[in-house]
Amino acid sequence: MLGAKRQMLNTKTIAVAMSGGVDSSTVAAMLRAEGHNVVGLTMQLWNQRRLAGHSGMPEAVQGRCCSLDDVYDARRVAETIGIPYYVVNHQERFERDVVRPFVEEYLSGRTPIPCSLCNNHLKFDQLLMVARQIGADLLATGHYARVEYDESRGRWLLKRPTDLSKDQTYFLFGLTQEQLSSTLFPLGEMKKPEVRELARKSGLALAEKPDSQEICFVPGGDYKRFLDAYLAEEGDSLPDTSGELVTTSGEAIGQHSGIHNFTVGQRKGLGVATGSPLYVIQIKGDSRQVVVGPSEELYSHTLRARNVNLIAVDDLRERMRVAVKIRHRHEPAPALIESTSADEVLVTFDQPQRAVTPGQAAVFYEGDVVVGGGWIQ
Amino acid sequence: MGRVYFDNNATTPVLAEVFDTMRPYLGEHFGNASSIHHHGQETRAAVERARESIAELLGCRASEIVFTSGGTEADNLAIFGLAAARDHVISSTIEHHAVLNSCKHLECLGCDITYVPVDGRGQVDPDDVRRALRPKTKLITLMMANNETGVLQPVEEIGKIAAEADVYFHTDAVQAAGKVPISVKKIECDLLSISGHKMHALQGVGALYVRKGTLLQPMLYGGSHERSRRAGTENVPGIVALGKAAELARQGFENGGDAVMSALRDRLQESLLEHVDATGVNGDGAPRVPNTTNIYFDHIEGEALVIALDLKGLAVSTGAACSSGAIEPSHVLTAMGLRPDRARASIRFSLGKQNTSQEVAFALSLVPETVSRLRELSPVYHKQAVSN
Repeated sequence: MLGAKRQMLNTKTIAVAMSGGVDSSTVAAMLRAEGHNVVGLTMQLWNQRRLAGHSGMPEAVQGRCCSLDDVYDARRVAETIGIPYYVVNHQERFERDVVRPFVEEYLSGRTPIPCSLCNNHLKFDQLLMVARQIGADLLATGHYARVEYDESRGRWLLKRPTDLSKDQTYFLFGLTQEQLSSTLFPLGEMKKPEVRELARKSGLALAEKPDSQEICFVPGGDYKRFLDAYLAEEGDSLPDTSGELVTTSGEAIGQHSGIHNFTVGQRKGLGVATGSPLYVIQIKGDSRQVVVGPSEELYSHTLRARNVNLIAVDDLRERMRVAVKIRHRHEPAPALIESTSADEVLVTFDQPQRAVTPGQAAVFYEGDVVVGGGWIQ
Repeated sequence: MGRVYFDNNATTPVLAEVFDTMRPYLGEHFGNASSIHHHGQETRAAVERARESIAELLGCRASEIVFTSGGTEADNLAIFGLAAARDHVISSTIEHHAVLNSCKHLECLGCDITYVPVDGRGQVDPDDVRRALRPKTKLITLMMANNETGVLQPVEEIGKIAAEADVYFHTDAVQAAGKVPISVKKIECDLLSISGHKMHALQGVGALYVRKGTLLQPMLYGGSHERSRRAGTENVPGIVALGKAAELARQGFENGGDAVMSALRDRLQESLLEHVDATGVNGDGAPRVPNTTNIYFDHIEGEALVIALDLKGLAVSTGAACSSGAIEPSHVLTAMGLRPDRARASIRFSLGKQNTSQEVAFALSLVPETVSRLRELSPVYHKQAVSN
C-alpha cells in the first residue's frame, strides 16, 4: 500500500489537508500509522455566517468545508491520532480566486466549477506553500486520484484511482509538474468502504460521517440564492441579465428572467409551453439570449478548451487520440485533440456529445492517465 | 530545550506559589463562602484576604473590588453596568474584543459610540478624547495596555479629562496588571478590570475595581454576593489564586522584577532586529509594558511563522484567533496604519515571570533561520528581491 514517494520519505514530514471529512481524516491516520511526521492543516476559506440572513439565505447555515463543525471534527481527529493541527486563514485568496470568478462566470452565462479553481489556487498553491514553509516535504490530501513518476517520460503523471466511482481527477487537471511532485493521494488505490473501515479501525469518531457533494460555500446547493446574497452584501443588486428566449434559427419565442438562471442542457423552468420538449442549447452572454431547441440540437461534435494545462506530455505537437470528459459525471468519450494555439485545444469527438457547457472543464484521458485539460469555451 | 512559551499575553502558567496557596481550597477548604458555619467562615476569610491583597495592588479599598469570572465579565459589567440607551460612550479602535464588541452591542441598544483613533505608535491622543466629549457622554472606556503591542495608553491624562467632565472612566487593565504598578488614585478611574490568568493566577477569575459610590446595574440576578454587584457563589480557589498572584506582583515591583523582565524582552527584541533584515517593532517609541514586543518580519505570513515555530517548540502568536482557530488580520495593527501585508507579517512575543535568558537564547537560535526559510519559499519576497 505504501507509494514509492512515501517510502522514500519515511522519516520526513507530511502535511495533510484536513477538511473534517472521512477521506482526509483517514489519510492523516494512515500516514501517522506508517510512522511519518504528520501535521494536520485545515484551510479557513469562507465564513459560513457571512451571508446568513441576507436576502433569503438561512439564518443558520450548514456548509461543508469551512464550517465550525468540520474544523471541530478535524481537530478531534488530530487529537485522536496525536498529530499537531492548525487552521490557516485563506479567506481573502478564496474570495478573490474562487468566489468572485464563480459569481462572474454565472453572470456571463457560464457554468463554473469552483472546486477546480480552489485546487489550483488554494489547495495546491497557497496550502502547499504553507506546508513547505512549516517544514513539510509533501502535502497529502483525501482526493481519489493517483500520482506517479514516469521514468520514461520524465514526468509526474496524474492517474484515475482504483475506485472509479470516486474519481476526482476531473477537478485536478490544473496541477503542474511541480505541484504533483510534492503531492500525495494516499486513497488512490482504495475503495470508499475500505476507507471507512480504516477510519473505524483507527478509532475516528467520524467514520460514519456522510459524504458531501455540494459546493462548500453555497449552502444547500442553491447557487442562485447565493449570487443574490453575495451581490447584496457587496452593495450591488443582481444585474439585470434577462433577455430573449430564441430558437436555434433565431426566432424569438419569449423572455427569460436572467441568463444566470440557466445551464446548457437544462429542460425545466424555461417558461414556455410548446409541443415538444425544449432544452437550453446555448447561453449568449453578450446579447443575453438563451437559445433553446429540441434535444438533438444539444449535441456537439467539437469543443474548444482554453487555458490548457498538460500533465502527461509537455506539448501537443500532433493530434492525439484520447477520451474526453466534459463534466464531473460524464463517461469520457473518444476524441481527437489538437493544439490550435499556445493554450487552446480543439477537441473533435468520434460521436457528438450532449450539452457541452462553457465554464466546465474538458479533461483528456489516455486510459487511466490524465493527459491534461482546459476550460470549455 | 523542550517547549518554550512566549505567549504570556494569551495566558500565563500558574506560578508554583500561587498553586500551593490555592491547593487547600480545591480540597479540604471547600465551604460556600456565604454559609454561616465553620466551612463557610473558612472560605469567606480566604476570599476577603484575597480582596485585600488585590486592593493593595491597585491602591484602593477592599470593598471596592468585585470578583468576576474574568476580564471579559469585568469589562462587560463596567460597560453595561453604566451605559444605557441614548448615552454617548467614548472608546478606542484598539480595545480588546471584550470592550469593542460590548460597545458594538451598545450601539444596537441605541448608544452612540466614538472610537478614538491611535497614532502610528499605537497610542491614543488624550486631546482626541477631550474633543469627543459631548453633553450626553456617560462613560469613557479605554484600555491601559494593549494586548498585541503592549503599548501603554495615557490613562492618567484621560482620567483627568473624565474627572473634569464628570464622566465615568473605565480602563481595561488586564494586560497591565502585574506588569506595571497600578494606582487607581493616580489614574482617577472609576472602574478597572483585571484578569487572573494574565498574571499567573487561574483562568476563570477576574476582578473589577468599582469606585465607592459608583452605581452599577448588575448583569446577573441571584443572591446578594459581592455586595449585590455580582450574583453567584464565589470561585474560591480562583479568588485565592488571584489574591496570591497580586501579592507576588506587588513584591515583584518592590524587587525590581519589571526591570529584569524588560531587560530580557529588550535583548530578544534587539537581537532579532539585528539578525533579521526588514524587521521593526510595532509600537516602537511608545511606552510599553516590559514583557511584550510585537515585531514585523516583512515578506512572510505571520501565520506560517507561528506554525513553523510551534513545530520546533516555540510558542508565539499573531493577531487574534477567530472561532475556527484561524488567524484574523489584527484590528490593532490595522488601526495603527500598518499595511495589510505588514500586519500579517507581525508576530507577538510576550514573556512571563517563568521565562529565562536561556529561553530567549533558544528563541534567538530559532527565529532568524525560520524567517529566512519562509522568505526563501515566498514568491512575494523573490519578486521584491528582483525588483530591488
